[in-house]
Amino acid sequence: MSDLMKVPTMAEMTANGEVPEILFWVGCSGSFDDRAKKITKAIVKILNKCEVKFAVLGAEESCTGDPAKRAGNEFLFQMQAMQNIEVLNGYEIKKIVTGCPHCFNTMKNEYPELGGNYEVVHHTQLIQSLIADGKLQMKEGDTFKGKRITFHDPCYLGRGNNVYEAPRSMLEKLDAELVEMKNCKAKGTCCGAGGAQMFKEAEKGDKEVNVKRTEEAMEVKPNIIATGCPFCNTMMTDGVKNKDQEENIEVIDVAELIATAADL
Amino acid sequence: MISIIIFVVLLVAGFGFFAMNVGKIRANILLGRDVNRSDNKGERIKVMSLIALGQKKMFKRPLPAFLHFCLYAAFVITQIELIEIIADGISGEHRLFRASLGGFYTFMISFIEILSILAFVATFIFLARRNLIKVPRLNMKEMKGWPKLDGNLILVMELILICFIFMMNGADEVLYAQGLSHATDLGDDSFNFAVSQFIGPALFGGMSESTLHIIERIGWWGHIVMVFTFLNYLPFSKHFHIILAFPNTYFSNLNPQGQFTNMDAVMKEVKLMMDPDADPYAAPEEPEGEPQRFGAKDVEDLTWKNLLDSYTCTECGRCTSNCPANQTGKLLSPRKIMMDTRDRLEEKGAGLRKNGKDYDDGKSLLNDYITEEELWACTSCNACVEACPVNIDPLSIIMDMRRYLVMEESKVPTELAGMISNIENNGAPWQFSPDDRLNWKDEQ
Repeated sequence: MSDLMKVPTMAEMTANGEVPEILFWVGCSGSFDDRAKKITKAIVKILNKCEVKFAVLGAEESCTGDPAKRAGNEFLFQMQAMQNIEVLNGYEIKKIVTGCPHCFNTMKNEYPELGGNYEVVHHTQLIQSLIADGKLQMKEGDTFKGKRITFHDPCYLGRGNNVYEAPRSMLEKLDAELVEMKNCKAKGTCCGAGGAQMFKEAEKGDKEVNVKRTEEAMEVKPNIIATGCPFCNTMMTDGVKNKDQEENIEVIDVAELIATAADL
Repeated sequence: MISIIIFVVLLVAGFGFFAMNVGKIRANILLGRDVNRSDNKGERIKVMSLIALGQKKMFKRPLPAFLHFCLYAAFVITQIELIEIIADGISGEHRLFRASLGGFYTFMISFIEILSILAFVATFIFLARRNLIKVPRLNMKEMKGWPKLDGNLILVMELILICFIFMMNGADEVLYAQGLSHATDLGDDSFNFAVSQFIGPALFGGMSESTLHIIERIGWWGHIVMVFTFLNYLPFSKHFHIILAFPNTYFSNLNPQGQFTNMDAVMKEVKLMMDPDADPYAAPEEPEGEPQRFGAKDVEDLTWKNLLDSYTCTECGRCTSNCPANQTGKLLSPRKIMMDTRDRLEEKGAGLRKNGKDYDDGKSLLNDYITEEELWACTSCNACVEACPVNIDPLSIIMDMRRYLVMEESKVPTELAGMISNIENNGAPWQFSPDDRLNWKDEQ
């Protein structure tokens, strides 16, 4: 294992008498979904490269409860939330970075009332500040030279929490052309996964939401659709497949783009 | 003298009937559950000033925003002229303020006239958008029947109202130029109002004195009658937004849109379950009054803000036209959620007033108005909330109704039941063991 893939757990750190600067909340997708695991690794590499002292919870992490809450099961949400808060408070966690806008929103906005008060940032916000602090340099002769990249705003990052600039300022560091879809930022169309739709078939209609969003992306002829959410990633990847565009369009998380550009 | 009596009766009846109907709407809104929106007064005033007064969110679509602004400005400024009409009506004078205000009076009436012309043109364009161009969001299926008629009626009333203003000012202008007006003669030969000094002579020039007086009176009475008609039409119409937009934006949700409420009733039970010191055999506390439902089945389960939202909705359809579920042919339309909520609230409120507070008509917002299929089509993306020019939140109604379905009736789509049991058993929405959470670290 390279040095960039060091992943200490909170339990290990505490046993060694160490305190991390920040907890990396990996999330269920980031832990179990094959595509999202790659995003998780990219985030880990960036954290290690920038010598951020972080830890994960590992087996002590559990679903934030977001999909249960959005599916109407408030009981299960609060059970999950309070269990997680007990673990987090037990480790005296102060700051959390998440790899998923849903975890980010839930922990930042819905946990405080239940006794969980942390500074929660999305991975795009953390990476943006690392770049701004000069801790992460992109290599010469960027891999993305001449590529057209469009950013798909995750609803719970953008409209949900008004984070629009962090991912974009990261993409501006790449030697690529950033193109905006007609519906972007506050007007960004959903990928179709939110509100627990990720876990069910859509209601009867004449089109899938992810296909519609992919068509909107295709209008600006991108080589890459960048996302900041594992659910959006799945939905847009499926949309690209549905439109037979796998040869032309890749769906990549901003963290992965930065890790690649920084040669990690 | 008779005209003064008629006027005063009209005035009292007009305001009285309006106040009575507003009272009914207020009582209906207060059927909702409590929610605290009394904090952050400074921020709330700012939001109201920007969104309602300044119409900030309208300007995402510049053309309708400009047209709407013409109507809005004309409507607001015309109220100044209304003060004079009421003062004249009660005192029996004619153009009571002209002598004392002088040049400022001419300026104000001219300003009103110019805005009225802009509003007249805008109203025609709005009628065309509804009936000729058929802008899609104004012609969806929930907009057939009464909502369509309602929208057109308001626009036609506005046209009539503006016509009366110019009959009144135009005819009076011709009379004044001949020294025949009942307005105080200030020794000039024209009112010099920006528009009617031209269209007055053009339309009414050469008519006899008595005809001109009749036209002027028709304009004056027509105007005030239309104002009261309009005022009393408002509580029965989507057009009530011209008033409710202000309180509705003031009481906006100031939290991030992604944040959903944590239900207090659930919090108590979960805390008790998680508390190692809790006595499992302790008798549960006697709940005060009737236990509340989890989530919302009917309008009284929603918050008063949800209900205020429903009366504020003017059915513009920006929410629905931005809804990804609706855009892809699903049944869900956030605008229909708001219209259904208001219609059910009107029905329920009328029933309660007639038959006493324990009356149950056997109907509910869920099923009789809104179907499960609509509720489950929502992606909770907040596009509807973002799009609403007056900060209405259809999403919180959808979520509260989902909560009722899931927690009271255990009605949940099969795949979601699987997701839920996975979280219960494994702490993840999929069937993976929590022990495998860190496996990714060593995978290639």
